[in-house]
Amino acid sequence: MNLPMNQTVRPIDLEPDDGPLYVAQKKVYPQSVSGTFRRIKWGLMAFCLGVYYLLPFVRWNRGLDAPSQAVLVDLPNSRFYFFFIELWPQEVYYFTGLLIVAAITLFLMNSIGGRIWCGYLCPQTVWTDLFYAVERLVEGDRRERMKKDAARGTIKLQRFAEITLKHSIWLLIAWWTGGAWVLYFNDAPTLVKQLVTFQAPMPAYIWIMILTATTYLLAGFMREQVCVYMCPWPRIQAALTDEWALNVTYKYDRGEKRTSLKKAHDLRALGEHVGDCIDCYQCVAVCPTGIDIRDGAQLGCIQCGLCIDACDTVMKKVGRETRLIGYDNDINIQRRQAGKPEIYRIIRPRTIVYCAMIAAVGALMLYALLTRSLLDVNVLHDRNPVAVRLSDGSIRNAYTVRFLNKSGFDRVVTIDIDGPNNATVHIVGADSVTPDRPMIVLGRDQTTELRVLVTAPSEDNPEKSTPVKFRITDIGLGEAASATDNFVTP
Amino acid sequence: MTDHSDIDKVSGTATTGHEWDGIKELNTPLPRWWIITFYLTIVWAIGYWIVYPAWPMLWSHTTGILHYSSRADVAVELANLEKIRGEKMLTLGAASLADIEKDPALLALARARGKAVFGDNCAPCHGSGAAGAKGYPNLNDDDWLWGGSLDQIKQTIEFGARSGHAKTHEGAMLAFGKDGMLKSEEIVTVANYVRSLSGLPTRQGYDPVAGRKIFAENCVSCHGEAGKGNQEFGAPNLTDKIWLYGSDEATVIETITNGRSGVMPAWTGRLDPSTIKAMAVYVHSLGGGQ
Repeated sequence: MNLPMNQTVRPIDLEPDDGPLYVAQKKVYPQSVSGTFRRIKWGLMAFCLGVYYLLPFVRWNRGLDAPSQAVLVDLPNSRFYFFFIELWPQEVYYFTGLLIVAAITLFLMNSIGGRIWCGYLCPQTVWTDLFYAVERLVEGDRRERMKKDAARGTIKLQRFAEITLKHSIWLLIAWWTGGAWVLYFNDAPTLVKQLVTFQAPMPAYIWIMILTATTYLLAGFMREQVCVYMCPWPRIQAALTDEWALNVTYKYDRGEKRTSLKKAHDLRALGEHVGDCIDCYQCVAVCPTGIDIRDGAQLGCIQCGLCIDACDTVMKKVGRETRLIGYDNDINIQRRQAGKPEIYRIIRPRTIVYCAMIAAVGALMLYALLTRSLLDVNVLHDRNPVAVRLSDGSIRNAYTVRFLNKSGFDRVVTIDIDGPNNATVHIVGADSVTPDRPMIVLGRDQTTELRVLVTAPSEDNPEKSTPVKFRITDIGLGEAASATDNFVTP
Repeated sequence: MTDHSDIDKVSGTATTGHEWDGIKELNTPLPRWWIITFYLTIVWAIGYWIVYPAWPMLWSHTTGILHYSSRADVAVELANLEKIRGEKMLTLGAASLADIEKDPALLALARARGKAVFGDNCAPCHGSGAAGAKGYPNLNDDDWLWGGSLDQIKQTIEFGARSGHAKTHEGAMLAFGKDGMLKSEEIVTVANYVRSLSGLPTRQGYDPVAGRKIFAENCVSCHGEAGKGNQEFGAPNLTDKIWLYGSDEATVIETITNGRSGVMPAWTGRLDPSTIKAMAVYVHSLGGGQ
């Protein structure tokens, strides 16, 4: 296969003589590296893990009886709390908006800088990176680890201790990960106390065990297999990318023909063209998914930028220009080959459309959130019987009315009826001081369901069906809500 | 099976050797752990057969070593439910009817319990929404034969009407025609008089004076001088717009001729006291309660 590098999509290490039905996972031994992108990755890892592990402990004062946890999924009471936001189950559409914004942000990232999500932010990447760091700390760098694994037949006590230590630290991190997860579903300080005194509810322990197992398995063993075989995003990303998107790229226009340093010196002396790549394989050594970036864009590349750091280090050492591997695109490779200056376009129709979509959905959600009513009413007409004739000939319709008080305080509301002529309202079980205009108390943060009877004289309401509007008004704040149904004659 | 020498030139991947009209299938191998996971699911399935009910036999099925049964689960759940319900029903039994209706939580409980029991026991006559039918009163309206207060409703449910129970409501519409107390012309006349009480039209040639006279002589003892009825005897109000059997002349004539004595069974002994309480509150809350 002597095709040019940018055209070849070589399957990872597939030898035709390998077992035809399956391939063994080839263990990757990423070498430690330092540089700009490594620093960015450390920073982002600290930030992401910090948010994940500590957020449940952040407090937020919501007043009486309400949970004081900033972010809480309260399943038994069907409430979701996020700082100043409290959502009820019927408001789950906010999450739809959130997911739309998340998806388009992913597309936007992709159209600007490729697999930014995969390389820096994806939990699979973050935890795998952390687990690799532990492995490196305990067992040494790439060469040492390879040597130790190769000497598998003769296990010494020290090696055994090393492996035990590595897995213990992994399990500890995994356990902490699972532990932090359950804290989002319960008051964190209380649950921590219960967990350490073994008084927490069984599901908490079960979930911690499940998430410990998945974290340990995915970050300790599955690693790049998740990206290559399980994750749909690399496939989608490949379909969404375009010629302007910056991806981690080996600039083959500069790098080819690869020549070792010594040979390059000789060949240059002879006046032959040689590339900047000295074929040192450092980019391959540091790669956490074990690919060769010089094979071009490929599924296994999560674009974490570590090969950029590795190559830059080497280029500096040999006194050549850095960024032989860097964020680049096909357009510029072709332009350089044609002797034209490079151009980069971050702002182009695609990114503008994505930004506009994010802004539109975001604005819509913000509007919905800001104008979100803390008082609401739903009406359900009785089905059987739909209408009742009373002894004086008047007509009565019964409704099940649900009052939603989403605020943190009790309210007193009045109920008014618009629609049927000369209608009177009665609420079953509520003796009102003002019989014509019933007044009820709605407890804070709850739904009150009442049976409401609307009676109107038959002769004033000849229509088969009249729209009826239930208006409720908070007598203290003046806040109002309404719902519409029908008033039916028998 | 696989021809390893057959390599696809573009991708560098081996093909399976199968060819359809020049199109060859690439052999992209699965990762080994995938295969292992697949085998593990098979092992899991076998374990499942051993532990849980799995295989149908001729007359029964394999029960598995756990002898798990979802029916047994249901029985346990139901027993738990009965226990929880029993505790809640105790609170209903202890509270007075008026208190139940004032306490939103108790009201909700009584209505839920009442509705379920109503569906099981009362719906055949009164309808699932308690809207009634000919001869079976609508319980949503404000017209009550035996009284519409909480206590009166409870009493009617407990002992029924003409049910044979010692404490039942007694009193029936007499068969004035069949038993020869009124002649048929008199019945027609008084029927028209009764219809006129609630503003219904009367037939041509009807004599209101005669009607009033017949009514005063035969009906007022139960239905009252003005025809407003008497809940003591379950005698309906004849001046309102609600007719248990129908308001047309023929039906009224039939009622006067043959009498009426619909039966409401006594539920005491069949339903426990707190359930009857819940039922009374439920019926009262349908809208017509007084």
